[in-house]
Amino acid sequence: MTLRTRILVLISALVVLAGVATASVLHASARADRRNQTQPGGPRITAGTVALTGDSGRMIFRNMAWGPHRDELTTVPASDPAGPRTASDVKCLRFYAASGTGVCLQAVHGAVQDTYRAVVLDAHLHETAHYDVPGIPSRARVSPSGRYAAWTAFVGGDSYAGTNFSTRAAIVDTRTGKLTPSLEAYRVVKDGRPHRAADVNFWGVTFAADDRTFYATLATKGKTYLVRGDLRTRTVTTLRTNVECPSLSPDGTRIAFKKRVKGLPKDAPWHLYVLDLRTMRETPLAEPRSVDDQAVWRDDHTLVYALPGDYGADLYTVPSDGTGKPRRISTAAVSPAYVN
Amino acid sequence: MYVADSRAGTTAAASAEGAARPRAGRRRAAVAPTVLALGTVSLITDVSSEMVTAVLPLYLVAGLGLSPLGFGLLDGIYNGFSALVRLVGGHFADRGGGRHKWVAGFGYGLSAACKPLLLMAQTLTPIGLILAADRTGKGLRTAPRDALISLSSTPETRGRAFGVHRAMDTAGALLGPLVAFLILRATVDGYDAVFTVSFCVAVVGVLVLVLFVPGSAGRHGGAEQQGSGASRAHGRALHGTAAGPAVGPEDVTDGDPRSATTAADATDATDATRSHDAAAHATNGDAAARATGGNATRPVEASTAPAATLRAALALLAQPHLRQLTLCALLLGLATVSDSFVYLLLQRRLGVADRWFALLPVGTAAAFLVLAVPLGRLADRVGRWRVFLAGHGALLLAYGVLLSSWHGTALPYAVLLLHGGFYAATDGVLMAAASDSVPEELRSSGLALVQTGQALARFVCSLGFGAAWTAWGDRTALTASTVALAVCALFALSLRPITPEGLA
Repeated sequence: MTLRTRILVLISALVVLAGVATASVLHASARADRRNQTQPGGPRITAGTVALTGDSGRMIFRNMAWGPHRDELTTVPASDPAGPRTASDVKCLRFYAASGTGVCLQAVHGAVQDTYRAVVLDAHLHETAHYDVPGIPSRARVSPSGRYAAWTAFVGGDSYAGTNFSTRAAIVDTRTGKLTPSLEAYRVVKDGRPHRAADVNFWGVTFAADDRTFYATLATKGKTYLVRGDLRTRTVTTLRTNVECPSLSPDGTRIAFKKRVKGLPKDAPWHLYVLDLRTMRETPLAEPRSVDDQAVWRDDHTLVYALPGDYGADLYTVPSDGTGKPRRISTAAVSPAYVN
Repeated sequence: MYVADSRAGTTAAASAEGAARPRAGRRRAAVAPTVLALGTVSLITDVSSEMVTAVLPLYLVAGLGLSPLGFGLLDGIYNGFSALVRLVGGHFADRGGGRHKWVAGFGYGLSAACKPLLLMAQTLTPIGLILAADRTGKGLRTAPRDALISLSSTPETRGRAFGVHRAMDTAGALLGPLVAFLILRATVDGYDAVFTVSFCVAVVGVLVLVLFVPGSAGRHGGAEQQGSGASRAHGRALHGTAAGPAVGPEDVTDGDPRSATTAADATDATDATRSHDAAAHATNGDAAARATGGNATRPVEASTAPAATLRAALALLAQPHLRQLTLCALLLGLATVSDSFVYLLLQRRLGVADRWFALLPVGTAAAFLVLAVPLGRLADRVGRWRVFLAGHGALLLAYGVLLSSWHGTALPYAVLLLHGGFYAATDGVLMAAASDSVPEELRSSGLALVQTGQALARFVCSLGFGAAWTAWGDRTALTASTVALAVCALFALSLRPITPEGLA
């Protein structure tokens, strides 16, 4: 082949490939436009005021339905979760709230790269503080009193085909603003002994009502543990293995969690369980599918969690005692919090 | 200076491609077109692969709603596997001769083919398998590509050639994430667009390789590493033939009195590549004898060019220079803390804000990009071994800064500059140094051997460092690594492997 032919071949290939690349980008951006248009048959959404207190029995969540209010914090009456939604104009990837304090994990679109931050919200969804989040946010929680907020992020993807992810769990005292950027700063007591390891990862914090105790997942050496943490002594103690994303019941007696069950596919290995903290007995819930979420207690007897759906995620509910059947309560919704 | 002398004496044959198309005002012994072509291929390919790397965590978590945690477990397996694949790639590239381009092309092609597959995979297991295939492609192509770079440049300019290649490669790595985020900005959840564009870009890379990288470099008697300047000149002459036919007949018409002979040699060699027949080696051996005046310090290897078998590749380690070099690379690799640990330490010790964490590797890459060419050139001038060791000195300094209690806003920049400088002074420079003592028909295997040794040593170091961090904490672990690195560097300094020519 002469140089001329080779250049011609390259140029024609460039034209074709540039066409394919452009078409794929245009296709994806056209889809973006579609997503800004309300889909027929979807939930009715109107802009309005959303507050974390005052109104009794509401569910607040990230609305994932296509349309102008996509990704905004949205509220519905807890008694009619599939009913008309009121959107707030505040966009979050993950959200939780309790006693008039909310935590909203947001993406900040930069010129070169997205960064993430955790925004602490007051009862009227106004920002009171924000903190850097070092990676893609995955879990958010607020203590029942509203004093403490916690979040987890995935950190990784630094190098070529890097598949090594780790998590960082942060806790902030919303009263003083004191931030613990990573629970790795806490002392770990594993099986009764101090444990120090570089591979320690925490995720899925859940708070007790005393504003001192919390529970979380600790992973080290390929195993996951349920840990009980103490905010005052800055210590975590392992209680049990194979517990991920714990969620403490309102009465503080039980923990709902996802458990890795043998024999399930590696990418969907979790079933929902409830652990009784007094007897340490666990009960499998009636949800047969793999759930990758930190469940939320609607009350002492009912759990709510997300499963993948047509528009990202749908919310389901199941009784906490292992009876009954899972039921879909809301489509195109994720990260619910129940407020009164 | 020896280098200057030898350059002056052998300008015409200095580099087949460098000399093939002399232009007015062009610096002598500039980087060969093949190196530029390979650099372009690497640049384009890195844009493609880093696009995927940059969005993969986001895609898994936000796009597919997966928890990528379990993924990390596979990482170690990939790394070990990739190192072994590298040896295989090196071996296949050498076998049968002149296959470097095609083995490298297969590697690039395999990685390209993985991109659209990512679109179809929805769960962790297939995504893991696709990434494994992608890494296999990377492992296969690395050694043949580096062999092509070294075969298409003269011994005197190899450091620069590798520097140029590494700089272009890194530029691609820096551009990739930028392109990916621009696409994500223009779309919503445009991961499919990112993967499609990444595929298109990867195909361009493969095309540039197929169209513009000459196919039959190498396979010429292996006289280049002989122990005299004259034989090096001869090696260069052979280089002239090496790339000549592939570049195309119009490229070898520069009125060089040698071109006629070299073209003839090339024909011989090309004919001989298939069968390894003794006559061909004899031809080349004769040529070597003519050029060197019969001087051969290693008569065995000089008279019978080693066949590209695995045994022959391993036998390379019997050669004192390569053995010393590999030993040093291994030892120093054993004390080289892996990047992610460096960034973690940087964040913990120097209090780098969380939001900058993801940008730390960019800092290292930027320093690598800027320093690769100047340090490669420096390596050609003052000796590769010196620059290689100095690079580890820079790393030692970076560790020292991390350990010191001195805090300042400029400190993270200093550490990243030293870290990038370490890569610039060692990555391509080691390949350039190793090239000096690996015969052409084993070039790919030899380079793969050194790379694999270094990669495995670093992997072992990673495991050890993790264990030390667990047992003693980060500060003590880093202190231990610093001491180990200093000891290894002193040992390497005392070995002072001299290239057969006394060049480095």
